[in-house]
Amino acid sequence: MCLAVPMKVIEIDGNRAKVEMGGTMRVVGLDIIDPLPKVGDYVIVHAGFVINIIDEAEAQTILHDFAVLFGDDDEVHF
Amino acid sequence: MKYISEYRDRTLCENLSEKIKRSHRKPINLMEVCGTHTMSIARNGIRQILPETINLISGPGCPVCVTSQYEIDQFIELANQKDVIVTTFGDLMRVPGSRSSLQKERANGADVRVVYSTLDCLAIAQKNPAKEVVFLGVGFETTAPTIAAAILAAENKNLKNFSVISAHKIVPPALVALMENAQVNVDGFICPGHVSVIIGAQAYAPIAEKYHVPCVVTGFEPADILQGLFMLVEQFENDEAKVEIAYRRTVTWEGNRRAMQILDQVFESVNAEWRGLGVIAGSGLKIRDEFSEFDALRKFALDVPYAADPPGCACGEILAGTKNPFQCQLFGKSCTPETPVGPCMVSSEGTCAAYFRYRARDIEL
Repeated sequence: MCLAVPMKVIEIDGNRAKVEMGGTMRVVGLDIIDPLPKVGDYVIVHAGFVINIIDEAEAQTILHDFAVLFGDDDEVHF
Repeated sequence: MKYISEYRDRTLCENLSEKIKRSHRKPINLMEVCGTHTMSIARNGIRQILPETINLISGPGCPVCVTSQYEIDQFIELANQKDVIVTTFGDLMRVPGSRSSLQKERANGADVRVVYSTLDCLAIAQKNPAKEVVFLGVGFETTAPTIAAAILAAENKNLKNFSVISAHKIVPPALVALMENAQVNVDGFICPGHVSVIIGAQAYAPIAEKYHVPCVVTGFEPADILQGLFMLVEQFENDEAKVEIAYRRTVTWEGNRRAMQILDQVFESVNAEWRGLGVIAGSGLKIRDEFSEFDALRKFALDVPYAADPPGCACGEILAGTKNPFQCQLFGKSCTPETPVGPCMVSSEGTCAAYFRYRARDIEL
């Protein structure tokens, strides 16, 4: 029930957004998120509301840190 | 999908697991307090790739599971009221109350509808002005702000036939109750990822400090969990007790302030009963007086007697982490996902459901 999933913002209309994951579209509420996401952002959706935006730079940093840690410090290949 | 496949990479997970093995010396009990973690740990075989001396315990992380029998009975009573449409998230449907379940009541003619979001409830209320639409509010800090947003939206739309029964619970007081319970032996908390998106990692700082227990906020992919476990083991070995975030791509120290502000606007904290843990001070959320017209408990005079948990069911001890599912006399016998006795077997995030489905091989009777 506390499952929250990352989805991509396709369209924003006032305090509602159309989001997509693996071909599934949903209209979700933007009532509890500030600042608002932009079209193209990845967001965490829980129970029909966006609860946060995924920080792409942070995600990349951690993957890069792992790569360095495990000896592949040129590029992240997954 | 971005940042899912990367965090499931097998080589990365094997490397992380090796790193944990190298840093680990002392036996350690780590508790996760999120049902999605429970499922992810079971599904991804995390226990199997850890040393046996790292013991992962499932705590009170499934909101349906910690809902008291009395609250379930209230929901069922509401579903039987005249001209009421009860709306709920799907996982409550099969949870047995003292005498029935929402699913059985629906089969008997009650109007019980599963919704994906409270936005759906508002639409149902608008379409059915002659009926009262009640949402069964169960969940932690991740869910409660979405319910609060629905109440604010209903107020804006002047929607008079929508109300909520609030059985929400908040996580940090439960962690305090666990640390105060002499039966519970926890050396570190795997803190819930999406609750922490809302409340921020700082919410655990007083607990880490007072009880000298490491707290690491963790995501849900295998690499997230392993990274979190590594951070917990490192702290434990170094005799540290800090709050750290292993899910930095979405969890911050401060949390989602907008969500917390909406939550505080609509709800106030009250004492609440948790299945298995008893009454925990300040762990529930009551709808504030100024929103009383949206409070189903004030709209309906429900006459529901107090109810005890089902006989023989160990869900309470399983939620407190003092028993594992294999130590329950009903597990896999009279209690299965097809014929659940207690909520831990009903909910898709319940500990018993996770153990039944994935049969953790390293748990001994």
